[in-house]
Amino acid sequence: SQSSEKHLGQFYTLPSAHFRPLFPHGLPYRYQQQVKTFNEACFMVRPPALEVISYLKKADYSKPALRYLFYGVKGSGKTMSLCHAVHFCYTQGWVVLHIPDAHLWVKNCKELLPSSYNSARFDQPLQATTWLRNFRTTNEHLLSQIKTKRRYVWTKRESTDEGRPLGELVNQGISRVKSSSDVVGALMKDLRLQSSQPGADFRLVVAVDGVNALWGRSTIKKENKSVDLEELTLIHNLKKLMKNDWTGGAIITTLSQTGSLYTPKSAYLPQELLGETGFDSMDPFIPVSVPNYSEKEFESAYLYYLDRKWLQHPQSRTEDGKKELSFLSSKNPSMLDRICGFL
Amino acid sequence: MAASCVRTVGSFLGKCGNCSSSLNTVTSQLSRQVLSRQICVSTALKKNLAAGGPEKFTVEFIQKQVEEFDIGKRHLANMMGEDPENFTQEDIDRSIAYLFPSGLFEKKARPLMKLIFFPLHEAVQWGADGRPFHFLFYTGKQSYYSLMHKLYSKILNIEKHQDRMRAKGLFSQDTKEISLDTSRWLTKEELEVLLVETISSNNYDRFIQLMERLLSMPYCNMEEEFVLHYRRPLEARSKKQMVPVPERDDKGVAFSTSDGRRKTSNSSVVLRDCGSGRITVNGQEYLHYFPVLQDREQLMFPLQFMGLLGRFDLQCTVSGGGRSSQAGALRLAISRALLSFLSEGEQETMRQAGLLTPDPRVRERKKPGQEGARRKFTWKKR
Repeated sequence: SQSSEKHLGQFYTLPSAHFRPLFPHGLPYRYQQQVKTFNEACFMVRPPALEVISYLKKADYSKPALRYLFYGVKGSGKTMSLCHAVHFCYTQGWVVLHIPDAHLWVKNCKELLPSSYNSARFDQPLQATTWLRNFRTTNEHLLSQIKTKRRYVWTKRESTDEGRPLGELVNQGISRVKSSSDVVGALMKDLRLQSSQPGADFRLVVAVDGVNALWGRSTIKKENKSVDLEELTLIHNLKKLMKNDWTGGAIITTLSQTGSLYTPKSAYLPQELLGETGFDSMDPFIPVSVPNYSEKEFESAYLYYLDRKWLQHPQSRTEDGKKELSFLSSKNPSMLDRICGFL
Repeated sequence: MAASCVRTVGSFLGKCGNCSSSLNTVTSQLSRQVLSRQICVSTALKKNLAAGGPEKFTVEFIQKQVEEFDIGKRHLANMMGEDPENFTQEDIDRSIAYLFPSGLFEKKARPLMKLIFFPLHEAVQWGADGRPFHFLFYTGKQSYYSLMHKLYSKILNIEKHQDRMRAKGLFSQDTKEISLDTSRWLTKEELEVLLVETISSNNYDRFIQLMERLLSMPYCNMEEEFVLHYRRPLEARSKKQMVPVPERDDKGVAFSTSDGRRKTSNSSVVLRDCGSGRITVNGQEYLHYFPVLQDREQLMFPLQFMGLLGRFDLQCTVSGGGRSSQAGALRLAISRALLSFLSEGEQETMRQAGLLTPDPRVRERKKPGQEGARRKFTWKKR
């Protein structure tokens, strides 16, 4: 991916070999449908993603990890920019810790188990196992190379020794559902420790979508009492990851209002969505705003749809039709996608 | 019979029983006897008063009421601690509303202190002797017939004048005509108001015919003033739409403001000729304010119809109503604001497209005995 300023506004296709492992999760649903329809995954090169990629290229990885935060109105392309940056990291051979949507972990939980590690906390085995599976698909080639640094004891009979490949750890988590959340925690801790070491041969990128869920509220109820966020193992471990006390990697996040609980629809700025505690813990970070399409980007998106023969209506091919589309969607990527969907 | 003659005399006098000064018409001794008889028959006359028609008041009675009203007004001013000399009708209304607070909804049913002047025809038309003042009183429509008489006499005058001119040899057809273009005849209702009595449509037609006959004669400009008294000026009805004037603000950008209304929503739009296509509604992005595509299409329609989509910058405020009615109100306001930037032909196309017509549909009232405005209760056979 030769992404540079020259390619601003143009689409580049993801090789399908990369697509299957990289994005088992993490893409917006509508985009996934579009990929299935067009049989190819195309990203538009846009300034926010380019900015983050350039920082990633120039960053000094012996310093603590830099935090990047994508923010913008609903549907402006934050998740897509995140995925673009993640793809770049993947091509560079980094270990990708991609959490598709942190909001999924704080709501609609069907099973809650008291944690085996710490009895005050709660586990979410289902979400943890799904995530571990996806993690394995993404980072398969690297998991065999990285070794654990510590010994983990799961139950009386099961334990993972030091020096075993991480892949085994992950498999352990997938097979033993009850301890999967602890596996997740252990994985995160291990990766963090290892990437901080100067001799490490890999870099870690932590990509979290909807990071404002970590400091919001949750709707999970345990015996009619709503569960506090601190009591969830997954969230707890993720928050530890968010702290930039480790080196040798980067943290890329997005804010999301769509999945967030108890926030007004018009909120999209970091202060509003992260809240006091969230802002303080994320501070310092590099905010990157993701605006709606500019004129040029809109043109290129329109031409892409034309090229793929997505716009069937005869009037949509005229100049006037283009102006109409730009007006009606107000150059918002998701609105444009929705409108073109039935043309 | 003594009783019956007493009653007849009494009924004769009962109508002017309220007046005190019409005695000057009757000077005979009979009056004193009549007066003395008046007192004892007054109680029996109450029934006859009711049968006589609406109560009639003499001019003197009205004057007495006016004096009493003035005295009462001064009393009221003293009560309220205000200046009795400069106590206007508004002050009276205010004081009465303060002293007698009423919770009635109908404003006309609340306590009132005002001089309502009786129409002239309720003033008594005859003297104390019962003889009417006007010679045409017994026609029933005295003022109408007197007007017709006057008109006819004027016609006769003009004919006489014509004959005189012909006799002198100075008869000429081309005299100054009365200009009748900018005025119209009084309508029947207006004539009734002028004459203070009802006339039938036949009467009205006859009146107009006589007037036309007067105007058809050559020397009618002699009675010009009289004729014009019975004509009203025509209001100039403009059929054109009021086009808002485009002004220039400090940056030299031409902009125009206009309002629109639809079904309890009010909106006002400032249309600027900038070059970007940005729209702000109530301070928010219009994508955020109107998440539904249909509303945004409504906003887009006037601009798209004229093909001027990307040229204007809109700044809108809207309040009241629901989602759809706000969109409709904004659409009307946008089309009106757009008028000032368009040529005549384009304005005509907009009008024909129906963009400029305010939608008259309002919520229909629910009627009693029905469940909704139109829906009736379920009909049960038994």
